[in-house]
Amino acid sequence: MLHRFANPTRFLRVAAALQPWCVGLSLACLAGGLYLGLLRSPADYQQGDTVRIMYVHVPSAWMALFVYANMAIASAVALIWKHPLADILAKNCAPLGAGFTLIALATGSLWGKPMWGTWWVWDARLTSVLILFFLYLGHMALVNAFDDPSRGARAGAVLALVGSVNLPIIKFSVDWWNTLHQPASVLRIGGPAIHSAMLTPLLMMGVAFTLLFVALLLVNVRAEIAERKLRGLRLARAAEV
Amino acid sequence: MMPALELIRRDLRLAWRQGTDVAMVIAFFVLTVVLFPFGVGPEPNILARIGPGILWVTALLAAMLSLDRLFQADHDDGSLEQLVLSSPALPAMVLAKCLAHWLTTGLPLAVVAPILAILLNLGADGFVVLVGSLLLGTPVLSLLGAVGAALTLGARRAGVLVALLVLPLTIPVLIFGVGAIDAALADLSSRPHFLLLGALLAAALPLCPWAAAAALRQALE
Repeated sequence: MLHRFANPTRFLRVAAALQPWCVGLSLACLAGGLYLGLLRSPADYQQGDTVRIMYVHVPSAWMALFVYANMAIASAVALIWKHPLADILAKNCAPLGAGFTLIALATGSLWGKPMWGTWWVWDARLTSVLILFFLYLGHMALVNAFDDPSRGARAGAVLALVGSVNLPIIKFSVDWWNTLHQPASVLRIGGPAIHSAMLTPLLMMGVAFTLLFVALLLVNVRAEIAERKLRGLRLARAAEV
Repeated sequence: MMPALELIRRDLRLAWRQGTDVAMVIAFFVLTVVLFPFGVGPEPNILARIGPGILWVTALLAAMLSLDRLFQADHDDGSLEQLVLSSPALPAMVLAKCLAHWLTTGLPLAVVAPILAILLNLGADGFVVLVGSLLLGTPVLSLLGAVGAALTLGARRAGVLVALLVLPLTIPVLIFGVGAIDAALADLSSRPHFLLLGALLAAALPLCPWAAAAALRQALE
């Protein structure tokens, strides 16, 4: 299965077919989730309307972790089987993950001001997510720091695997430490502690963000493959002349 | 076991003969700490309050500063390649290099730290804990630094890049290192912080040399 889709030509064909579906479904879920979340869902009895920040904050925080997990898996595949496609995937995950992490941090900060009375606290959850953000930035800097792109990709793969230590720390930081950030209320033992009127739009936003990530990743990967082909053609032509 | 010991002896001998490397790390540590009383003012209470943090952050930066000599010189003269080719257990070799690095940076930093603590008016209760937390925490810095140094081997502006990669990962060490001293100064038990520092070291000891060895192999491929 893995090796079957590691063939760039086959991958490009599948990617081209998948991309419009991902974009369309993502936009549909985004519209539905935003409508239900911002207009139809009830306001929180304590937090009032600020609770609606959750519909952007929580999915982007999920994505920050999900994208990193993807990047780490792609990196492991790249190191073990040396599929060039896995390198390209891992490389293009980093800017997207950094973007989602930044959105999670920014919306969290906007939510924190009215609820906690401060833009930022140095509690375990916030600090570990900030470290995740720096890991993404470090990965991007490292991959681009070498004259030989394949050397950068290999170094980036090792860094992505080293940094994956941070993922369980982020997930369980709210349980291990006494944080100002609230503990998990969706993915927890005993089922979600959140009413379905809020859970439905939240999950729809989660699906929308995931599909958006897949769509953007496909665009970037296709662009990078095209770029590499162009470079190869240019080199071949230069060699002929 | 013998090749690893031989490697440590070689690195120590090199560091001893070019003594300026070690001296510069210490000088950086002392000078940077001395800058703080000028920056925040010589108020003894303020200095005593922020002293543990100053000492730990500066020690961390001093350890970062010396990372380039961990693999770079060996890479330049080709001996690193010989090491990778000749040793069946590369992680053990990396561990030996980390130990040599720690003996020439972390250990001297921990020795100098109490003298600087006097200058920062740190409470007497904190001295033993300060040295202890540095002794337990700086090996983790050397181990994490080895991963960063191996990853950036041959990169453009490797010095800045290694700091960008390693500094975020050192935040837990900093938190528990400073936490131990603050707890001791507040008459609380610093034992939990020491246990967590020990846990970090126990996790870094097997994992970091392994990751650094993988990065070295990739770098020399």
